[in-house]
Amino acid sequence: MMDLHTTLIIFAAGLATYVTRIAGYVLVTRMSRIPPRMETALNAVPAAVLTTLVAPAFFDGGWDVKVAMIVALLVGLKHPGLLLIAAGWGAALLLRHLPFA
Amino acid sequence: MLDTISWKGARKGLVIGLSTSPFGLLFGAVAVDGGVTPLHATLMSGIIFAGASQLVGVQMFGSHVPAWLIILSVFAVNFRHILYSAALAPHIRHFSPITRYVSLFFLTDPQFAESARRVDQQGELEPRFYLGMALTIYVIWVAASALGAAFGSLIGDPTALGMDVLLPVYFLGLVLGFRKRPLFLLVVPVSAAASILAAHTVGSPWHVSIGALAGVLAAILFHRDTPTNAVRSEDQP
Repeated sequence: MMDLHTTLIIFAAGLATYVTRIAGYVLVTRMSRIPPRMETALNAVPAAVLTTLVAPAFFDGGWDVKVAMIVALLVGLKHPGLLLIAAGWGAALLLRHLPFA
Repeated sequence: MLDTISWKGARKGLVIGLSTSPFGLLFGAVAVDGGVTPLHATLMSGIIFAGASQLVGVQMFGSHVPAWLIILSVFAVNFRHILYSAALAPHIRHFSPITRYVSLFFLTDPQFAESARRVDQQGELEPRFYLGMALTIYVIWVAASALGAAFGSLIGDPTALGMDVLLPVYFLGLVLGFRKRPLFLLVVPVSAAASILAAHTVGSPWHVSIGALAGVLAAILFHRDTPTNAVRSEDQP
C-alpha cells in the first residue's frame, strides 16, 4: 500500500538530517578548527541550493508568477516568514482573479 | 511526573508550535498537491522534522530526481544544524548520554534559539526544559502536517488558488534568511544563472546540483582570508 521506495528515501533523508544534528556536537569534542576556505564553502551551501529552486521558477513563470515573487521579495526584505508568503500568494491571487481588461 | 521546569519548556514549545503550525499545514498541502501521499507527508514530518528540507524533498519527489540527490539536498539544506549542535555542545554535556542523542534529534531553528536564550537567562539548560519544549513542538508539527495533507487533498485547482507560487515564494524567503552571510550577493546570482542555464540545457533534476555547485565554487574562488584574523590568531597565546 505504501510505496517502499519513497518510504526508504524518507528514512534515509531522516538519517542524513539526524547526522547534521549530531555532527557539530561530535566534531566540537574532537576537532579544534575548520579551515577558513572550507567554512566559506559550507556557509554558501544553503543559499546556493535554495536559489536553484527559486530562480528557474521565476525565469520560466508567467508575469503573474514574476510579479508575485517580486512582491514577496520586497516584503521579505522587511518582514520575513509568513507575511512574505502571504504577500506573494495574495499578489498571485489578485492577478489571476481580478479582471483587468 | 511533569514538574514546573518541564511545563515551562512545554509552554515555550506551545508558542513556537502554534506559530510554526501554518508552515506545517502548508507543507502537508503542498506535499499532497505535488503527488506525495498524506501518509508519506506525515511520515516526513515525523522522521525528518525539518520544514525547509521537507519542502525541498517534496519538490524533488515531483520531478523524478534520483534518490541520492534528494538525500544529499536534504543534507545540504540541513547543514546549518551542524553549527547549532556545535554551539549547543557545552550546554548539553551534563545530559545523560541517551538524553543527549535523543535531544539532538529535536534540534530545530527555534529549539536552538530558545535553548540558547535559556542558557543566557538561567545559566544552564535543563534536560526537562529542553525535552518539554521539543516534544510539544514535535507533536504540533506532525499534527499540522497531517491536517494540511488531509485538507490539501480537498483542494481543487491548485493554480486558481495560487498553490503553485507558494513553494517558490517560501524558498525565496529562506534564501533571504541567509543574506547576512559573506558572499551572499555573489553566490545567489551565480547559482541563479547557472541553474536557469542548466535547466534549459542539461535538464530538470540536474539544474539543482549544477546551480548549487556553481554557487559554492564561486564562494571558494572569492574567499579571502582576513589578514586581521590571521594576525590576531597568531598573536594570541
